[in-house]
Amino acid sequence: MSTGGSSATQHQRVRCVFYGCRGSAIKPLFQKGPSIGSRMLLLCVFAFALILGHMQSPWLRGIESNLSVLATPFYWLADLPYRAKDWGGHTLRDWRSLLDENEKLREQTLILEARVEKMASLSAENTRLRQLLNSSAHLDDSVLIAELVGVSADPLRHVVVINKGRDAGVYVGQAVIDARGLVGQVIEVSVYYSRVMLITDSTHAVPVQVNRNGVRAIAEGSGLIDELQLTHLAATMDVKEGDLLVTSGLGGHFPVGYPVAVVTKVDRQPNAFMKVTARPAAQLDQTRHLLLIFREKGALPTPELEMPAAPEIAP
Amino acid sequence: MSVAEPKASGRGIIAVTLVIALWLSVIPLPDWARWARPEWVAMVLIYWVIALPHRIGIGVSFFTGLALDLVEGAPLGENALALGVVAYLALILYQRMRMYTAWQQAAIVFVLIGLNQLLCHWVQTLITKVVPTMLFLLPTLVSALLWPTVMPLLRKMRRHFLVT
Repeated sequence: MSTGGSSATQHQRVRCVFYGCRGSAIKPLFQKGPSIGSRMLLLCVFAFALILGHMQSPWLRGIESNLSVLATPFYWLADLPYRAKDWGGHTLRDWRSLLDENEKLREQTLILEARVEKMASLSAENTRLRQLLNSSAHLDDSVLIAELVGVSADPLRHVVVINKGRDAGVYVGQAVIDARGLVGQVIEVSVYYSRVMLITDSTHAVPVQVNRNGVRAIAEGSGLIDELQLTHLAATMDVKEGDLLVTSGLGGHFPVGYPVAVVTKVDRQPNAFMKVTARPAAQLDQTRHLLLIFREKGALPTPELEMPAAPEIAP
Repeated sequence: MSVAEPKASGRGIIAVTLVIALWLSVIPLPDWARWARPEWVAMVLIYWVIALPHRIGIGVSFFTGLALDLVEGAPLGENALALGVVAYLALILYQRMRMYTAWQQAAIVFVLIGLNQLLCHWVQTLITKVVPTMLFLLPTLVSALLWPTVMPLLRKMRRHFLVT
């Protein structure tokens, strides 16, 4: 070793002791971190600024939802195991089970078609009756099929990610349904993905009415995936177990008439509000295919006075 | 001849472990396991802070936390704050933790991740209404129980790829 080199090493070591070794040969045993505390303070300030920004400014929330594009590859990755299973299931299936399934699906289609036939005549009748009452019908909404690609990692947030985003015309506040009923609404849209808050999220509420008699209520999410609560219902209201709750369309957020939940328990207390719990009609924890409902912007379900021409019902 | 200064190596390996942890924290779980998802990102960060306190500290944890917020769809800053605090404590404790056996470390990891969960929960209650349940603390226990398997795995990886 030359002397120059060794003195350089010596110098390094001395620096090490004082400044903490960055990439030095000697692993520091007692690393003095004079700036740890101040860095910590800085971090707290930053984090609180972000959190406060999230609470106060819609501007920052907009940036957040744009930034969430960066998370896109993760949804794709997280969805991989399922898709691999799906692919395996499709390719490694014998033709007999496929035939069986085909048969079953054909039967199902037949039954559904029969129902739709009846539905066509019923909806025509409904339109005529509504015309007599001077109100317009909202029976057909256009829909877009989306697939669920991710579920919120946090079980306290009932939020799912779907594979349709701004490029498919999805917008914040859009209602989402599945084959059985209302699922939730879009809360965040990025280019290819959007997040949907389920109706059972503890911060979600949806205006409903009892299908049997039109009693109006608000169904609030309970934070449990299979439970909704109706709040502020007077004890004299006519709600029974087994009643179907459908969207009332009040508030203009959700389209009218989609099933939301079935009442499971009515707890009447004297001199107080009723405690009503309901089970969501949609299969919130099982569905993989969802429908996004498109409506004309600003179409509030207020009765219109002008009479529309009888719409043609597609067969 | 001067001593060749080893370059800070293995940045890629650290990044890969963090990305895998992020991926594991959004991968869909069956219903019964939803509450028990281990805090992978926090565990990996704690490991790297203990192993390389001169490289991985509060800053890296903060930005990893921001990434976790984005991926989870949490309000920006929630996990950043929690992971930053965890990294801070790990930086204070790393000399002690290096002396411990895996199970003794697990006890400290239990406390650190418990704190992480509490901070996240606290931010959530600031922003939204939260269901009153203590189940959000379950990942703490699961993470601590997994620590004696995760830590040797990460150490083996670090030694194999000579991350210093």
